[in-house]
Amino acid sequence: MTGTPNFNPKTFQGLILALQHFWSEQGCVILQPYDMEVGAGTFHWATTLRALGSESWNAAYVQPSRRPTDGRFGENPNRLQHYYQFQVIMKPSPSDLQDLYLGSLAAIGLDASIHDIRFVEDDWESPTLGAWGLGWEVWCDGMEVSQFTYFQQVGGYDCDPVSGELTYGLERLAMYVQGVDHFQQLAWNEPGNARSKSYADVYLAAEQQFSAYNFNHANTDMLFRHFADAEMECLALVAAGLPLPAYDQCIKASHLFNLLDARGVISVTERAAYIGRVRELAKACATAYLTAVGELIPDKLPKRESGA
Amino acid sequence: MAELLLELFGEEIPARMQGRAADDLKRLTRAGLQEAGLPFERAKAFVTPRRLILHVTGLPLAQPDVCEERRGPRVDAPDKAIEGFLRGSGVTRAQCEERETPKGTFLFAIIERQGRPTGDVLAEILPAAFADLPWPKSMRWGSGTTRWVRPLHSILALFGGAVVPLTFAGIDSDSKTRGHRFHAPEPFTVSDFAGYRESLFAAKVLIDPEERRQRIADGAAQLAQAAGLTLVADDGLVDEIAGLVEWPVPMLGVFDRRFLDVPAEVLMTTMKVNQKYLSLRDGDGKLAPNFITVANLEARDGGGQIIAGNEYVLSARLADAEFFWTQDLKKSLESRLPALNEMVFHAKLGTLREKVTRMEKLAAALARYVPGANGELAGRAAHLCKADLVSDMVYEFPEVQGVMGRYYALNDGEVEAVADAIQQHYSPAGPSDACPHAPTAACVALADKLDTLVGFWFIGEKPTGSRDPFALRRAALGVIRIVLENGLRLPLQDIFATARGSYEFGEEQEEAEEGHSLLDFFADRLKVHLRETGMRHDLAQAIFALGGEDDLVRLLARMTALDGFLGSEDGANLLVAYRRAANILRIEEKRDGMVHDGAVDDSLLQQDEEVALAEALSSSVAKIDAALAAEDFAVAMAVMAGLRQPVDNFFDAVTVNTDDAAQRGNRLRLLSLIRATLHKVADFSEVEG
Repeated sequence: MTGTPNFNPKTFQGLILALQHFWSEQGCVILQPYDMEVGAGTFHWATTLRALGSESWNAAYVQPSRRPTDGRFGENPNRLQHYYQFQVIMKPSPSDLQDLYLGSLAAIGLDASIHDIRFVEDDWESPTLGAWGLGWEVWCDGMEVSQFTYFQQVGGYDCDPVSGELTYGLERLAMYVQGVDHFQQLAWNEPGNARSKSYADVYLAAEQQFSAYNFNHANTDMLFRHFADAEMECLALVAAGLPLPAYDQCIKASHLFNLLDARGVISVTERAAYIGRVRELAKACATAYLTAVGELIPDKLPKRESGA
Repeated sequence: MAELLLELFGEEIPARMQGRAADDLKRLTRAGLQEAGLPFERAKAFVTPRRLILHVTGLPLAQPDVCEERRGPRVDAPDKAIEGFLRGSGVTRAQCEERETPKGTFLFAIIERQGRPTGDVLAEILPAAFADLPWPKSMRWGSGTTRWVRPLHSILALFGGAVVPLTFAGIDSDSKTRGHRFHAPEPFTVSDFAGYRESLFAAKVLIDPEERRQRIADGAAQLAQAAGLTLVADDGLVDEIAGLVEWPVPMLGVFDRRFLDVPAEVLMTTMKVNQKYLSLRDGDGKLAPNFITVANLEARDGGGQIIAGNEYVLSARLADAEFFWTQDLKKSLESRLPALNEMVFHAKLGTLREKVTRMEKLAAALARYVPGANGELAGRAAHLCKADLVSDMVYEFPEVQGVMGRYYALNDGEVEAVADAIQQHYSPAGPSDACPHAPTAACVALADKLDTLVGFWFIGEKPTGSRDPFALRRAALGVIRIVLENGLRLPLQDIFATARGSYEFGEEQEEAEEGHSLLDFFADRLKVHLRETGMRHDLAQAIFALGGEDDLVRLLARMTALDGFLGSEDGANLLVAYRRAANILRIEEKRDGMVHDGAVDDSLLQQDEEVALAEALSSSVAKIDAALAAEDFAVAMAVMAGLRQPVDNFFDAVTVNTDDAAQRGNRLRLLSLIRATLHKVADFSEVEG
């Protein structure tokens, strides 16, 4: 590496900077977060849509992620309704992707000569995205530090070439690197001076307020209406041949569903139906995207999802 | 003679797939060698997380030469036919022999094929074997189109020390491999299996899973012993760990004693399922606040960081479990029941809350048939048995369902019998799992399974072939084992009807039951169970075939008596006579186009032997009926044994097919009576052997 800056991965921001720097060195486009509420870094268009089609694509970014049902008012040591993922996508997946990934761990101070790093089977499937892949969860000393997936299908379409996707759960990773046992104690920037801030200083109030919102205050009638609106708008935009704005609406519908789920107003049977509706939107967006980039051959219909 | 060494090196193969993959590679290669006419001495496969290895010894350097003879057309056939034959066989007219045969003079082509060098053949066999390897799940990677379990990086293929040139998944074979991912990542060249194994050992890779298992077991036992502890044996877990490491290094860690307040089952589950740790017990047999993790590394710092890291991770896991435990204890099982309304048992069969309500009635009804059971307790246990499914702990660790229910029930002040029944009602979960023997537990375990079976039967979700998504076979086998192991006199048909009564099925739905009835299904399961336990399943069928027997204990007693009888000389003889009678009847009834089953006309009986037989049969019928009613199967068999002589005498002296039509009909009816009498005990036509 050329002129490696001296980031301190024992701070939350230093960890992010070190990862960004490392993947930038590998030729990745360093993107900023998708400005939509998403459940995981995978939902960023830079992963879902760009995993489709034949063009080469290498990107890395931080994605704030929201999982309303995981909110614990900031009290649970490692469950938050809003957290960060660091996401890397490389298409086609390079043959040395495992080695590159291990290099990124070294870059944040996890030395493979004293830490036990393992690739343990963990396949990935997103019923809402109509997507699946095979891979592992990566363990460092028994701790899951990343998800490593080779995308096989997105939106019901075969990925060809295949993208390799890496997802680092930043809070958990930072807690491990910093050796603290509650997210609130994480050092966000350099600790020990007047300008030091902990994770709690930055986000505790948000965890408390959003937990209350997610579980108790979200107006469900309004959310149901918004879901229907987003669904309609998404399909209209697909029809208009505008996959990117359509995808925004698909993601909106997905998040609205998550909020409704957290409010406990969707029964078990309805749940599957809602997931199915979001999946249909994701598939429609995938079809529109592939059509727009000129890669959809009319007879190449979406393949049925495998049981994987 | 030379050896083949093969190594497919790639990214981590899931532990659960490794053993099967090694077997498949061996099987497919072996089949390819056999087809190519290549014998060998020994084939052995090895596997690690990153490599599939095959070693075949004693292969010839080339296939044997073969000489094939092919018969062509007659020498006087049209030229076109002869030309076609020559072209097809790749020979000239001069190379053919003319041979006289009884059908004329024919051309014979003698085709001599020289055996090809084994290396060339291997270059074709091996890639085909790789392509055929059936992974449970496979994937593509990069820009490739090949499907494999995970990306493949290199292929080492040596025959007699020389590279077998082949290409698979865009990778050309060579003579290189690599060692341990972190200890020895640089590629090196290999020339034979012995050197390969030795070099990899030096490069911190144990290729033999058995060796890794041994090292894990020994290392863990040593660590335990040094700490004054004993290892909780778990072969399945050791197998799995052996599939996660190439160079196992067991390490001992500790966790905070305060977590020991959480039930041991929970601690052990999270250690095993989430972390793949082995558990330990102290001198008193109690769970110790320790664990053994198996690293894949000889750490430069001696493992301090690895142990500290694992302790940190486990502590977070256990803190979660402790949190769930203390939270869950705040709510009674009773108060959780409404939440079961939200859990669907099956879309067509309602919620778990509804299932529980049905089970309460059924468990109480079953108590009548279970000695020592009390309907009220059984109903209470059924009422609470699923409530732990909506606890935080079971949501997080589904493996401890039932176990937690027991703890929570005791915490709520339920009696032990109820708490134990809640824990055991899922049992037996498999052939090696114990059956519940306590009366309350047996009632609830039966009620759960019977409710499921009756329900799924009604909506037509029956198992077909290898498809049994709701594990109905296991449920039926569970019922069979509980009934037999506890000697329960359970009339299955009545109980099915009771279970059915709790479902709100429409009349038409009840009528719609088609084909395989639930009792037939039980009969099939019982036969499988008997076969697996080494008993004669054909005898079960012989009794089931009579219809109406749904008491498994009685059925088994009758079967055992029948088995003893058929093993005796009288029994074996009577079986032969039965078959003779049945055969004659079958043939004659077919010829006559009518059934000979009316009463025997005594006035037509002429010969002493037929008179004696008629008398013996009529007196036996009543005795057998009485014995069966008293369930005294030994007596029933003794009565049957008494029939042997009269039946034998009859066949020795009497001709059935006489010219006198009336007499012939009467004798056929006598044969029919033999069959009917024996059928009181069992359908002898189902007896094999």
